[in-house]
Amino acid sequence: MTAFVLRRLAQSIAVLLAVGLVAFLLFRYVGDPISGMVGQDTSLQEREELRQRLGLNDPAPLQFARFVGNAAQGWFGLSYRTSEPVSRMILERMPATLELALVAALFAVLVGVPMGVWTGLYPRHWSSRLLQAVSLIGVSLPTFLIGILLILVFAVILGVLPSFGRGDTVQLGWWTSGFFTLSGLKALILPSITLGLFQLTLIMRLVRSEMLEVMRTDYIKFARARGLTNRAINFGHALKNTLVPVITITGLQLGAIIAFSIVTETVFSWPGMGQLFVQSVQFADIPVMAAYLLLVALFFVLINLVVDLLYYAVDPRLRSGAATAGARGH
Amino acid sequence: MSLAEFARRAADSDIWYSFRSSPVVVWATGVTLFILLAAFLSPVLAPHTPFDPATLNLMDALKPPVFFGDDADWTFPLGTDEQGRDVLSSIMYGTRLSLVVGFAATAFAMVLGIALGLVSGYVGGAVDAFIMRLADVQLTFPALLVALLIDGVVRGLISVQRHDEIAIYVIVGAIGLSFWVQYARTVRGSVLVEKNKEYVQAARVIGLSPVLIMVRHVLPNVMGPVLVIATINLGLAILTEATLSFLGVGLPSTEPSLGTLIRLGNDVLLSGTWWIVIFPGITLAVLVLAVNLLGDWLRDALNPKLR
Repeated sequence: MTAFVLRRLAQSIAVLLAVGLVAFLLFRYVGDPISGMVGQDTSLQEREELRQRLGLNDPAPLQFARFVGNAAQGWFGLSYRTSEPVSRMILERMPATLELALVAALFAVLVGVPMGVWTGLYPRHWSSRLLQAVSLIGVSLPTFLIGILLILVFAVILGVLPSFGRGDTVQLGWWTSGFFTLSGLKALILPSITLGLFQLTLIMRLVRSEMLEVMRTDYIKFARARGLTNRAINFGHALKNTLVPVITITGLQLGAIIAFSIVTETVFSWPGMGQLFVQSVQFADIPVMAAYLLLVALFFVLINLVVDLLYYAVDPRLRSGAATAGARGH
Repeated sequence: MSLAEFARRAADSDIWYSFRSSPVVVWATGVTLFILLAAFLSPVLAPHTPFDPATLNLMDALKPPVFFGDDADWTFPLGTDEQGRDVLSSIMYGTRLSLVVGFAATAFAMVLGIALGLVSGYVGGAVDAFIMRLADVQLTFPALLVALLIDGVVRGLISVQRHDEIAIYVIVGAIGLSFWVQYARTVRGSVLVEKNKEYVQAARVIGLSPVLIMVRHVLPNVMGPVLVIATINLGLAILTEATLSFLGVGLPSTEPSLGTLIRLGNDVLLSGTWWIVIFPGITLAVLVLAVNLLGDWLRDALNPKLR
């Protein structure tokens, strides 16, 4: 177990360093790092002094090492567009994105898993067939189109939900939260449905096919023979054994949720990191892009790590397998 | 093999049978062909030339579709936008552009992925390790993010005016570069199996160059799965282009694709002119759904394990 965790940690750090290298190359060689700090009347000599002072004339490996060091402490320089520190811009917008992603993921899991169980237990029921057909359409509809349709129906025609922004937020330290006001909660509904719908259909289809497979196995027949209640069989025996692939996909999809929040945030003018990223792409604001890239990589790596560890909690076979493998190794 | 012989054998084949026996697939093919024809014949078929400013008349602006308002007009069956452009014609031209970008990006990703996969599998060693680690790192990120990043980098390297002129090449390159990994991995896996077979050894013994062996002998034997991936990725490439254009970093509004049209329509959505955004949206959704259904069918039909 320890060896496994250490190996995964090493891999994660290697991925982060590789992404860091890409971010560094962007930061250093696309556009001019000092252009945002100097005015029109700065002389060439002053520019050269500034370069010297910032270490831009040092050997590239040394600069990379310094970049990694700064990034580890959360310093990514100044934005080309607003001249604000990049880390502060991202930190200000992180709560909005994380709250949206959290609600979207909860929506996808809490609705998707029961729907998958239902369609898996009763595949021939008319409602299951309907859900299957709707989910196929859901997979083909692009995220932004779903958002636009929801806005059209609930904001333009019915006028019951807001079409943009976070509503009123509450300040908790540096974290701004929309969870504690009515308008904040109302503002969360449409964006989180938009963002979570694709994951919902994915989870539903996955749980369904896993349930169909598990229900055919011998231990389910045996559980029936023992006279267990349907509920104990469906949830205690069947659902529990479908959870490993579901956790994998859900975990990996959490990363996709953060990435696709770019689209949802643009549709709903949601003041999060994704919107910031699109703006920085439009303005070629390289420091913000580099920092966002690293941050998303960090999220992905952490999520992957947690997913791997969750396997151990859910699947006892892995625990015993790892124990014997570990015993053989020593 | 004569043409008649070919037709007879095709009519007898498993693939034709599996095609005929699935109404969904026949419908998807029909819809795809219809959209392809309407899009690529748009200069002939479209009732208006929406991107020629000389033919536009502001008096025609914001007309609703027929059956949806009093001032609707059969000259503009799906209504007009705020500049008086015919929505139907815009969609036909826009679909053509979306399809061109989708096909070009898929082809680019395929060629790049095949080349890197062949080299990786055939050469092996440090080259293989480098290419595959690169693929691993790129797979950490969703394709959309990679495409956005590439687009942003290109914007940093060239001026904004130049960007609009070459936007279509940038977007094809960005999408192509974000989709190569799957091809490379598949091709590499197949090459590793193929390269130890007798026919490759024989080719080596008679002294063919490695490039010739890879392209003439190994490549034809690994193309099956690659073509299936390409069909499935076509829908994804069209969606990615639409998403990028919707975000405002894809094709410019002077030369709009379906995604750009949806973005322009979305900007005026709150004023209640739903037709400017809904019709391009439906076209995009139907096109992607039909292409995806075809891709899924092709994957199953060509998979001998499922027969």
